[in-house]
Amino acid sequence: MRKTLILTAALVVSAACTAGAQKINGAGASFPYPIYSKWFSEYSQQHPGVEINYQSIGSGGGINQVTKGTVDFGASDMPMTDGMLAQSKIKLVHIPTVLGAVVPVYNLPGLGNDLKFAPDVLADIYLGKISNWSDPRIAKDNPGAKLPNQEIFVVHRSDGSGTTFIFTDYLSKVSQDWKNSVGSNSAVAWPKGIGGKQNEGVAGLVRQMPGAIGYVELIYALQNKIPYGYVRNQSGTWLKASIEGVTDAAAGLKTMPADFRVSITNAPGKDAYPISSFTYLLIPTKAQDATKGKVIKDFLNWMLNQGEGQVATLDYAPLPQSVAEKVKATVDKLQ
Amino acid sequence: MNLRIQEPRAPKAPDAAAPAGGLVPVAVPSPPPASAIRTFLRERGNSRVADATFRWLMLLCALSIFAIVALIANELVVNSKLTLAKFGMKFFVGSAWDPVNENFGALPFIYGTLVSSIVSLVLAVPLAVGVAVFLTEMCPQALRGILSFLTELLAAIPSVVYGLWAIFVLVPLLRVYVDPVLIKLLGWTGLFMQPDFGIGMFAAGVILAIMILPIISSLTREVMTAVPHTQREAVLALGATRWEMIRMGVLRNARIGIVGSIILGLGRALGETMAVAMVIGSSPTISRSLLAPAATMASVIANEFAEASDDTYRSALIEIGLALFLVTIVVNILARLLVWAVTRGAPARAA
Repeated sequence: MRKTLILTAALVVSAACTAGAQKINGAGASFPYPIYSKWFSEYSQQHPGVEINYQSIGSGGGINQVTKGTVDFGASDMPMTDGMLAQSKIKLVHIPTVLGAVVPVYNLPGLGNDLKFAPDVLADIYLGKISNWSDPRIAKDNPGAKLPNQEIFVVHRSDGSGTTFIFTDYLSKVSQDWKNSVGSNSAVAWPKGIGGKQNEGVAGLVRQMPGAIGYVELIYALQNKIPYGYVRNQSGTWLKASIEGVTDAAAGLKTMPADFRVSITNAPGKDAYPISSFTYLLIPTKAQDATKGKVIKDFLNWMLNQGEGQVATLDYAPLPQSVAEKVKATVDKLQ
Repeated sequence: MNLRIQEPRAPKAPDAAAPAGGLVPVAVPSPPPASAIRTFLRERGNSRVADATFRWLMLLCALSIFAIVALIANELVVNSKLTLAKFGMKFFVGSAWDPVNENFGALPFIYGTLVSSIVSLVLAVPLAVGVAVFLTEMCPQALRGILSFLTELLAAIPSVVYGLWAIFVLVPLLRVYVDPVLIKLLGWTGLFMQPDFGIGMFAAGVILAIMILPIISSLTREVMTAVPHTQREAVLALGATRWEMIRMGVLRNARIGIVGSIILGLGRALGETMAVAMVIGSSPTISRSLLAPAATMASVIANEFAEASDDTYRSALIEIGLALFLVTIVVNILARLLVWAVTRGAPARAA
């Protein structure tokens, strides 16, 4: 009697093991979480027996966990620095997945949604050098707009975020002053302004305060129908951010480095929206567990072939064809 | 059980009736029925092992507190090694917070935590004690249930809900109606100055006050209910008015408990994170005006930890946690001293 019990128990356990899903764990950036969770659930449906868990704990946490090997892959809105890669116990590659963009939002009743912001003007507003809406430098780009004689109320993100990284990275490129005195990171020492928590916090403050300016993720602005202004790109074109413009910014890149760690803010190209960036998956070059490695590789191929086609439904910008082909080559080399 | 009590029992042991023996007249043959407790104690056998086990188990429970505190302190110190080594003591008095150039200081956050808590206490304590006095001393019975239910409901609302409510309701109210009045009346103190954005230290203090109100008021109410009725009656009998009775008979007797409840409220205010992070404006600056944006230790950790990718930055945030730990300890010690000062043998007087 006892023997049969043990036998059945062993059988049940082994059956559970073989029937149990191949579990892959990942963690990281919260910006791409909606599209990642859609991808992972569709991939699992098409591949019974595979389960991919993704925790959106933030880019910092994602980098930290994947370099320590506690998750099978990480995700980050900003590329890892050389120092971080050197410190990592596990050799990693960056796989760009989708693109994000940041748009300036403002609240000036009666002025419509077509205000234009030159790059240097945007930097100087956030530096506090331009502090009034009636400043001649704003007026110069907006002939005909009745700009009020009103203090500019500057709003930024209070939480560390990829959005802030993209925005400050852009300001660092277009303003030497910004680069020297503030720089770029997921959170910076803001010279001026007040912090709102997450996209909702910034948008909420901007909506409440006449005379406010802020910056939010393009997806957030599109889904919540928040009006936003034009920005001038490197070629001198005034652009309102759009999904196509963001993809164009990535396509305009002449030299894509082999490891994809590149900033595409202020990209050249006539229709390239200048405040945009890749978001990445961080994949170990050699998986600790060969079967998991195979699944991840298969997923990445699926993502390039099928997944990229779905991103527009969630308002993400897909990778341009040229980049996708390069990513494919990198994925093929994964072990 | 009941049956057994009624049952007259012959004494099993010779000493069973001994304590009662002296009182019972010798002529009565049957001893008094044993009580339920005595029966149980007589029948349960030797309890030495159970006693010892119980003692060690309880000791273990008590020691687990030491272990938890020690583990937290250890984790905080180990994980903030980088910045502890780099900045040393300067970290606690420095006021820079620049993740790009890796220059960190905790002073603005310590200041923000302390000031926002003080503001919340200044607002919440009079209100909470007032609520408690009304509920215990003068509230009609029908209203009492509803009022105390609603106060306890306030305590059950999650802090993120308070934060959202603060952003969309409280902050606009403050900016449009309250702050202009404060600037006009109290502007001379320098505590309420333009520019005013609605969010900032004052808004954080107000939302904290609302959050700690139920803690202080319900505990104060419990303490005041515990004051014996004879105290009230005695004071009234001496010719006191109702207010004098409350002051001398109730508040005076309940003062230790009230201070204790305020300390519990302060504890929550010091550590409160989400609601504060949402309305304080998150700017690591020290400014005299309460209307200016500020930041607290808990809010900066909540805001920046998830996306802090490099080691020094992460270490600095963990060291902020260490600073919060230390500040909480210091504040608790001060609070103990305060309670001690209040309780030190003060006779009843008409204070």
